[in-house]
Amino acid sequence: MAAAAYLEVAAVTGRLVRTGLLLVFAAFFLVPLASLLNFSTKDVFTGERTGAAWRALVEDPTMSDAIRTSLTLAVLTVVGMVVLLVPTMVWVRLRVPRATRLVEFLCLLPLTIPALVIVVGVKNVYAWVDYFFGDTPLTLAFAYVVLVLPYAYRSIDASLSGIDARTLAEAARSLGAGWLTVITRVIVPNIWPGILSAAFVAIALVLGEYTFASLLNYQTLPVAIVLLGKSDAPTSMAAALGSIVLAFVLLLVLSLLDRRRHVPRSK
Amino acid sequence: MRTVRRSGVGPAVGLLPFLVYVTIFLVVPTVTVAVGALQDEDGRFTLDVVRTLGDDTVVRALWRSLEVSVVSAVVGAVLGAVLAYLIVDLPPTNFLRRTVSAICGVLAQFGGVTLAFAWMASIGFGGLLTNAFAGLPGFSENGSTWLYDIPGLILVYTYFQIPLMVIVFLPALEGLRPQWREAAVNLGATRTQYWLRVGFPILRPAFLASLLLLFANAFAAYATAAALISQGALILPLLIRSALTSEVVLGQQHLAYALALEMVAVVAVVMGLYAWLLRRTSRWLP
Repeated sequence: MAAAAYLEVAAVTGRLVRTGLLLVFAAFFLVPLASLLNFSTKDVFTGERTGAAWRALVEDPTMSDAIRTSLTLAVLTVVGMVVLLVPTMVWVRLRVPRATRLVEFLCLLPLTIPALVIVVGVKNVYAWVDYFFGDTPLTLAFAYVVLVLPYAYRSIDASLSGIDARTLAEAARSLGAGWLTVITRVIVPNIWPGILSAAFVAIALVLGEYTFASLLNYQTLPVAIVLLGKSDAPTSMAAALGSIVLAFVLLLVLSLLDRRRHVPRSK
Repeated sequence: MRTVRRSGVGPAVGLLPFLVYVTIFLVVPTVTVAVGALQDEDGRFTLDVVRTLGDDTVVRALWRSLEVSVVSAVVGAVLGAVLAYLIVDLPPTNFLRRTVSAICGVLAQFGGVTLAFAWMASIGFGGLLTNAFAGLPGFSENGSTWLYDIPGLILVYTYFQIPLMVIVFLPALEGLRPQWREAAVNLGATRTQYWLRVGFPILRPAFLASLLLLFANAFAAYATAAALISQGALILPLLIRSALTSEVVLGQQHLAYALALEMVAVVAVVMGLYAWLLRRTSRWLP
């Protein structure tokens, strides 16, 4: 009896401690976000509630331009990442398996070489890029493709390992398909979840990227947030909260897709 | 035989676009930094870099960087491990677990600018907590000035270190098999004994590896510090910024190369240790 009562008390205490700790963590993580919401909806002088800062996101030309630039960059980066990485990884798996380690090493290298270091050394490269493509913020996409390589590689690699790419390719080839058809119409539809999750992470990363954009003097969303932080704090707070919520929604959608992917397999 | 060998070279050509791209945008900049650090303004080889890095300002910035990285990594690793432990028993489809994972994913990877602003909105001038606590003894209504100094950096870094720890440590915790616990209990072990003799030793390499990853993450971080502190050279990344952006003083490009080389050297050593520990981890955990 005594032992059972003791166990029950211990279990209740355990649950209380667990809930308490979770509440502390929740407060630590949510209070700063709530503060952003509070700050962005308050008039600086009167202290009244106002939606002016959120309206300014669309109406202020600096902010809306920066938002458009960042969104375009996200799309360009995803396209560049897919076009560069997917055929390469499929090709390595099907035809050049001995290059697996090399490609993996190169893809994971940006984890070891900080973005700040790449910026310091990238001046000459960007002189050429500007020469060919003009001096536009959209050229940042070239560098961003490199920054997203590690994350993209991992999720696409996980997807590729889950299918029998070689057999699929051989079947398609024996039916007369060319390599382009094999990659775009046979392999890619099968590794779609991996590409999708790589794309989501890439979008989140590009929308928040500050190092390259600020040091190469291009106006993207994070750069505009810092710039406006000095003159119009509520608007920059609204932009900060808006971008973080957007990234959160993207990742939540991703985790829901992730579940759909697992359901058929776990019978 | 010949044709066989030639067909071995043929397909490798398909890797050229990728290799060329990575060379241009990753290898060339890195080599530029390494070579540039070992050259003087006229392109001659020199070991001036040693003297540059021995300079007082540089050494002080490096120490502060190490301080911020170590403290935020240790705090982040311990608290992150606790948070991971709290959600590890929940099924993957559980709402709480999924929310925590998504929030952690955003905070760990989304970038520092927004996080810096979130803390400014909390404890900076006119912030939510600043206003809430104004008037209490020990609190200023002008906000916490320490937010824009080392303690503030550590606080905001912790805000993305804990989530990163949850992401990298959760798989290791999941690898802890219930059978090991049952076996220990069957042999008469108490809860404490199980953790001290079985749980912690198995998790130790994974924990240390995650700690190193967190350290490298903090050491290489730039955006948070840059958004929080707009001037000066408090830590190494900010010193690199002032070397990059000041075009007045001669020889600053050389300084930027030297500092960047120092940064990549530290991160490379730490990541090398990380890879080595990770291989040890795979002995017990998936």
